[in-house]
Amino acid sequence: MITVQASDLIRILPQVILSAFAILVMLFEPFLPARRKTLLGWFSLFGVIAAGAAAMRTSFSPGPAFGGSVTADPFSLYFIALFLLVAALCLLGSFNYLERDNVNHGEFYALILMATVGMCFMAASTELMMIFLGLEISSLSTYVLAGFKRHDGLSNEASLKYFLLGSFATAFFLYGIAFVYGLTGTTNLRALGERLSRSGASGTPLLWVSIVLMFIGLGFKVSAVPFHIWTPDVYQGAPAPVTAFLSVGPKAAAFAVILRIFLGAFQTAGSVSFQILWLSAVLTMVVGNLAALWQSNVKRLLAYSSIAHAGYVLVGIAAGGAEGTSAVLFYLAAYALMNVGAFLLIAHLAGTGERSTRIEDYTGLGYTRPGVAACLTVFMLSLAGVPTTVGFLGKFYLFRAAIHSHLIGLTIIAVLTSVVSVYYYLRLVVVMYMREGKPEAASGPLPWALRVALATSVIGIFVLGLFPNDLLVLTSLAAGPLP
Amino acid sequence: MIWLAQHPLTILTFLPLAGAAVIVFLRREAASHIRGVALAFSLATFALALKLFLAFSPNQPGMQFVEHHPWIASPPIGYHLGIDGLSVLLILLSAFLTPLSVLASWTSITSHVKEFFLFLLALETGMIGVFVSLDLFLFFIFWEAMLIPMYFLIGVWGHERRVYAAVKFILYTMAGSALMLVGIIYLYTVTGTFDLEVIERQVTSGVAGLSGSAQTWLFLAFFLAFAIKVPMFPFHTWLPDAHVEAPTAGSVILAGVLLKMGTYGMLRFCLPLFPQASREFAPFIIVLAIVGIIYGSLVAMVQPDMKKLVAYSSVAHLGFVVLGIFTFTMAGIQGAIYQMCNHGVSTGALFILVGMLYDRRHTRQISEFGGLATILPVYSAFFLIVALSSLGLPMLNGFVGEFLIILGAFHVRVLYAALAAVGVVLAAVYLLWMYQRVFYGEVTNEKNRKLPDLTDREKVILVSVVVVILWMGIYPQPFLRRLDLNVAQVIQRVERGTPSYALEKTPPPAERTR
Repeated sequence: MITVQASDLIRILPQVILSAFAILVMLFEPFLPARRKTLLGWFSLFGVIAAGAAAMRTSFSPGPAFGGSVTADPFSLYFIALFLLVAALCLLGSFNYLERDNVNHGEFYALILMATVGMCFMAASTELMMIFLGLEISSLSTYVLAGFKRHDGLSNEASLKYFLLGSFATAFFLYGIAFVYGLTGTTNLRALGERLSRSGASGTPLLWVSIVLMFIGLGFKVSAVPFHIWTPDVYQGAPAPVTAFLSVGPKAAAFAVILRIFLGAFQTAGSVSFQILWLSAVLTMVVGNLAALWQSNVKRLLAYSSIAHAGYVLVGIAAGGAEGTSAVLFYLAAYALMNVGAFLLIAHLAGTGERSTRIEDYTGLGYTRPGVAACLTVFMLSLAGVPTTVGFLGKFYLFRAAIHSHLIGLTIIAVLTSVVSVYYYLRLVVVMYMREGKPEAASGPLPWALRVALATSVIGIFVLGLFPNDLLVLTSLAAGPLP
Repeated sequence: MIWLAQHPLTILTFLPLAGAAVIVFLRREAASHIRGVALAFSLATFALALKLFLAFSPNQPGMQFVEHHPWIASPPIGYHLGIDGLSVLLILLSAFLTPLSVLASWTSITSHVKEFFLFLLALETGMIGVFVSLDLFLFFIFWEAMLIPMYFLIGVWGHERRVYAAVKFILYTMAGSALMLVGIIYLYTVTGTFDLEVIERQVTSGVAGLSGSAQTWLFLAFFLAFAIKVPMFPFHTWLPDAHVEAPTAGSVILAGVLLKMGTYGMLRFCLPLFPQASREFAPFIIVLAIVGIIYGSLVAMVQPDMKKLVAYSSVAHLGFVVLGIFTFTMAGIQGAIYQMCNHGVSTGALFILVGMLYDRRHTRQISEFGGLATILPVYSAFFLIVALSSLGLPMLNGFVGEFLIILGAFHVRVLYAALAAVGVVLAAVYLLWMYQRVFYGEVTNEKNRKLPDLTDREKVILVSVVVVILWMGIYPQPFLRRLDLNVAQVIQRVERGTPSYALEKTPPPAERTR
């Protein structure tokens, strides 16, 4: 019999606060006139900040909660902070978007908060069933978010596709959990790790099957090849601020789970999970980067780019160890800054109804909107991994971890595919600065909430790209022993 | 103020960037102010570089004006700057060519003036940063970051096929440096540091256990990056495109400084860090260098476009430099370094001259011209001097470098020297033949009749170039003296590395040649 103690609640305080705010938003929503819904957005932002403060409080009393099903450790707190940052940036970027496209409903903000709660639980859970619950909470919210523009065909298609394939994938994950339970009699990650190393069951085919099944479920969430088919359609169809959220939040959460399961509990099953990770990293980098070369739609281009970035992260996970984990954590923060920034800016530039999302729509933007174009250039260069940006340092740490683990072949594939990626990132720069013409994509001045989000991203990209020491302290702390 | 005096290299490196920051705040319409600021900052940088060059002590071994601060904690990466004879020359060259580029772009750049000078100054910071960095990571940051302003210079202000050229340029260079990054990180996992001096010490004392094959792979990873940058045959195909499409300033910087980064990298990293692999690969590299000399010269000869001709002549000239480096002789390496500076000045000046003609006639086809000597006498005179310097006429700077290189090659194998000498002859052929077709004879094209001769601004540029050409040709001592210790040290490092199979005839460290 588990009794709930105060310390248990403190260890999940950020999640509690976020949930409370989500429920309050739903309660207030019917009483606000249609014009005032943005207030709920600010209220949600306040909730995110409050959750951040709560996370600070949680960090003073780390430890397992609720009988070991949830743990507040540096690892989970790092991810919670990352999710809160992503949620805050996406909220800031969505206020004007929702007004402009006439879908300003309070549910949007509540769903963002709920999805964040789910992600936080994914990162914090040390129990497979809890991880599954977190996965479902965040998935269900994001399915709805993807189809939030209900009068838009593409958005509907995105939602349906995401929902069908997503449920299929989570079923795989659940199936994997069932196998693991059958094999070891537990779903607690810590106990699981102990029993696996004691029983010597690491070589059995059943374990192999369960590892594959779980990886399929998680691989879908991080859009690792060959489970990436949904990504371009969903990223293109979903409202752009939601895409910003989707491309970073659930992905990072799934990586947190992969780290916990594959580098923590299944460590003893090393070779099998390593081979899967290695193969998946290569496929993801190659397919993502090559497919991105042929895209003409900015959102699809960034969708494939985000697939490629998942591949780089998988390189870090394949490298493993504290160094690999730390590099993955660093990279996810870098990726969050640059990808959210890029998608939010694209959301604004696309104009009402997201009409201008082709690459040619940006022709000449560098001279009509120099500030906007400079921001987008910074995001692209950082995604491409050009030095002085955090994108470069992130890749540097991933490659260092990989080389340290003697994965030289994998690293060479990674650097060469990232050279390929330079080509398609620069395509945007080329049309913005090197082609004459009047841009289609230039809708009004930047709203200042968006300005705050963009400034945070750009400043973050350069500050962390040049002075990463503080973040490194955090990542190496968080990369301590798992789970 | 004390801080300023103690950090001359930091100031030198970031002064141009400060200029770029000032330009950011100037109004777009104030084009003349923007040009003025760019010129002021680039001249100040040149003055500072000159001061450092004079203050540099030729008799003191090792790095000078060292600055060393911790930067990134994990892995330990330092902000480590310092210069030796090799870098001080190249810094001076970069700082000399930038104000000339600013002047050369004074009237020819009319669109997006603000961005142009901003990128040009940012580029200068990148160039100087490459030459002062003594930390492999820091070096790589400058090396890569510098590509972005160059990419914009070519892509925005270039000619018809500028986008193609810019993208080709950046992809080629990045592909090479990506593998170098892998090499740098691998070197770190072996030695535990990114600090060049520490790694060098470990390598020479044999502490770092670089196995033979590891050294070979590392050498190739570094060398490929540098060979693409130089560019050596067969990696040169990006160069004619980039040179021809770039605006004049871009070509000047590209030919004058960026190509030297490749040969600088070979001298700074490949030879001292991987001596054994360097010796093993030297014969192949020398052959490639000689192929580059002859091929570059022959292709230059048949170019109908003056700028393309100069571009291919760069392939040949840089072939000389690489040849000199891989002779591992005092004369060869000194000549190579000297030739790096010569090529920077002469070819930079040739690009400026071609650019001036292009500004007047908007074509660079040799067939469009003829008999210009009667219409533009001053311009023709300057062109002749620069062309003669480029083909290595005695008393001008090109001669000193080429002579030393051939001398070095002679020590290794007579055949090498003979083939390289063919290159010298070919250089005379393509340059003089071009000169003859453009400047001598009757005026063949009526459009050329009314071309105005040089303006005062253009005269200032060319006079300063010619002064340097003469000085370097007649009195090379101040430059060479600063290289003595450096070169001796490099040779010593290469010679000392445990031989697996040495060159068939290991050249004796050549006695001083002057």
